[in-house]
Amino acid sequence: MQLAVAWLLTTACPLVAAQNAAPPPQPASARASQQVVERSFPNGLKVLVKPDRRAPTVAHMVWYRAGSMDEVNGRTGVAHVLEHMMFKGTESLAPGEFSRRVAAMGGRENAFTSRDYTGYFQQVHKSRLADVMALEADRMVNLKLSDDEFAKEIKVVMEERRLRTEDSAKALVYEQLLATTFTAHPYRYPVVGWMSDLESMTSADARAWYDAWYAPGNATVIVAGDVEPEAVFALAEKYYGRIASKAVPARKPQTEPPQRGLRRIEVKAPAENPYVAMAFHVPRLESIEGSRDPYALEVLSTLLDGGASTRYTRNIVRGSRVANQAGAGYDMTQRGPAVFVLDGTPAVGHTTAEVEAALRAEIARIAVEGVPQTELDRVKVQYVAGQVYKRDSVFGQAMEIAGLEITGLSYRDADRILEKVRSVTVEEVKAVAARYFGDQALTIATLLPQPIDPAKPAAAPAGLRH
Amino acid sequence: MRAAFIRPLFLLTLLLWAPLASAVLPIEHWVSSRGTRVYFVRADSIPMLDISIDFDAGARHDPPAKSGLAAMTAGTLARGVAGLDEAALAERLADIGASQGAGAGDDRASASLRTLTSPRELDAAVALLAKLVSQPTFPEAPLQRERERVIQGLREAAVKPDAIAQRTFSELIYPRHPYGRDPLPETIAAITRDDLVDFHRRYFGANRAVVSIVGAIDRARAEAIAEQLTRDLPQGVTPAPMPPVEAPAAVERRIPHPATQSHIVIGAPAMARSDPDFFPLFVGNYVLGGGGFVSRLTAEVREKRGLSYSVYSYFSPMMQPGPFAVGLQTRKSQTDEALAVVRQTLERFVREGPTDAELVAAKQNLVGGFALRIDSNRKILDNIANIGWYRLPLDYLERWTDQIEQVSASQVREAFGRKVFPERLVTVIVGAGEAKP
Repeated sequence: MQLAVAWLLTTACPLVAAQNAAPPPQPASARASQQVVERSFPNGLKVLVKPDRRAPTVAHMVWYRAGSMDEVNGRTGVAHVLEHMMFKGTESLAPGEFSRRVAAMGGRENAFTSRDYTGYFQQVHKSRLADVMALEADRMVNLKLSDDEFAKEIKVVMEERRLRTEDSAKALVYEQLLATTFTAHPYRYPVVGWMSDLESMTSADARAWYDAWYAPGNATVIVAGDVEPEAVFALAEKYYGRIASKAVPARKPQTEPPQRGLRRIEVKAPAENPYVAMAFHVPRLESIEGSRDPYALEVLSTLLDGGASTRYTRNIVRGSRVANQAGAGYDMTQRGPAVFVLDGTPAVGHTTAEVEAALRAEIARIAVEGVPQTELDRVKVQYVAGQVYKRDSVFGQAMEIAGLEITGLSYRDADRILEKVRSVTVEEVKAVAARYFGDQALTIATLLPQPIDPAKPAAAPAGLRH
Repeated sequence: MRAAFIRPLFLLTLLLWAPLASAVLPIEHWVSSRGTRVYFVRADSIPMLDISIDFDAGARHDPPAKSGLAAMTAGTLARGVAGLDEAALAERLADIGASQGAGAGDDRASASLRTLTSPRELDAAVALLAKLVSQPTFPEAPLQRERERVIQGLREAAVKPDAIAQRTFSELIYPRHPYGRDPLPETIAAITRDDLVDFHRRYFGANRAVVSIVGAIDRARAEAIAEQLTRDLPQGVTPAPMPPVEAPAAVERRIPHPATQSHIVIGAPAMARSDPDFFPLFVGNYVLGGGGFVSRLTAEVREKRGLSYSVYSYFSPMMQPGPFAVGLQTRKSQTDEALAVVRQTLERFVREGPTDAELVAAKQNLVGGFALRIDSNRKILDNIANIGWYRLPLDYLERWTDQIEQVSASQVREAFGRKVFPERLVTVIVGAGEAKP
């Protein structure tokens, strides 16, 4: 749950770093979903409204069901590049004018691209909702995409890749881990794209992406805050309702073939401490009333890494002192195949091999012994409290509603998901711990730290040995 | 001309805020029996409570040979209290769905709590927080572990270009001042349990602390909680005053690094929180490099030239003059080009100040966006803690938009002229080596 996996990229980092970290992959509360009001328009656009009148502000978002998993080889990163280009002018707005107008309204704005979707948002005083809707509807159909602006912005994106990935040892490990875990499925692509694809990308690639996926039927609008749903629908009708419907391309399944045994890779990068990350193929949540394994896996991830009282911190960081940090992460709601990720940094005097063994041993122990009921109850208390705390963020609530919708579920499912998670038994946790964590569907990536002294170019001497 | 711009805007703002004006934030304030200043905002719509306690226990009190002591003290409060070891403490908190945190900056240390307000949970959570700030036991074994973890973190930071740049910048702009001293592996290794006990006894005193409370309880309950949290705090000492901040030597320090980008930081000490130039500098910085996509630095460095993903400027107001800094990262081969653009943009802004149009745009954003600064309990808590810690007036938030509106372009120019001297700044570049001829 606490694992920091950077799936999300934003157009500007300083603005929303905290917000992106805010919404955890958790289901919504009964209260949350009951208050959501929905309307679909003839052009296919769906609008969801979540009234919350605590403050006179509103979060307005548009999510497109198009992320890096919809990309093809040679054009990786184009979803994210297009996200950047969406700020570069329309037929009636000069480049940068979108941001200037939102700023003049007192608004905060940004956008984010993930493997599953691309989202745009503004946070404004409630009196400005119509204005941001007009702007967002405009760029849904009227984007300009000039060669000049593209030439400058693609350089910005390459700087972003250098900053986030090229110069970050852990990010390189994750990139390699996913590129190895998936062979056929496009989850193998980094969201930011491979550098070579960015270097060869043209404005025509971005245009083709925009033309293919930016359609009202492929978008969901979410408005949360101090609003009346009927008034929001009237505005949406006015601004989004007049946009012509458009078919999007057929999506190919690109099913990942079953893994046939352990994959192990090494990643050499400038760093001080070694590090290991492991990904197990596990099921995602396909339907609410289907297999209960995703719910049990969700509970397992919290039992392992749900705070200072849970097993990884208690037994590996504090108890055996094998690791200085140990994490587990699982997101059951996503469009593509799910993985359960474990990671850790060894403590002084210990190795990544020991960390790897310790992380897996905790799961193996649960597979044999189960967990005491008190421990399971404690985890469920966290979920219940989390449902209360998350109401403090209107933005987070909008993110959560959108997240369910974009993965093919519905905001209506939120309550059922929570009920299901809370009804998970010790036996079910034991069963998933026994079922999914063998070598068969496992990929392990280990960071081999390289010195940063430029007198000895990193990786070169060591690299030649292999 | 300027007045013509500002007047209608101001009226518009008043209209926008009229229904709110009385309800911006009814902050209640009192002093506990132990002399702790308490700030409280009642917020009934969610059955939860947020508390923070700020102590005059920041890193400025660290002895140079034990740099990191303040952070270590705050970070190990929850490693054990009278009657509970760290595992039991963590389980108690988890059982009631509460979350707790603590940390230290240069000026202050803070402990925080978020809990449900159902009676059993609320009582238990507040009792745990009270114990943790008043009776930490600092047991030896967890301390040994935390020392190792912190040292490993420092060693990792020592090879990361962004961390190297920040650390070097901080050392160079505060050469003989506590703000410039960052922990090293050897100073962390030198910290003993006695040091933590002593630091806690000296600096976690009730009479210099500030308690901030936001949530679904009434005033009587808030008063009782504040008493409970402060009753058993140590008496504390009156700390020696900090040495004054001296102007640093203007230097350009280049540190080669194998990363693909250069990380650049430029700046100097500039503004204390009590500085009368606070609002002109705040508004001016929005125009220069604080306003996200629409700032001058973003326009020049990113939008026009594609030189960086992120470029920004900030003032970090502290008890004594905190830093002004400009930061960015760019591909190594572009280092000198980016540096020239940044310096030119900064020099011009300090010389000329904002244009009338820029000033209007800044005010529109800051005033129009005020509601977004207080639209959650978490944000309200941060705001009232700030008001308490820096002894700002209780109507600070009520008057905030007025203060912004009143800033003129000449005030911005003059304030920058007093605080930012482009020819006397420290520049740190980690990445590219020597400047190209």
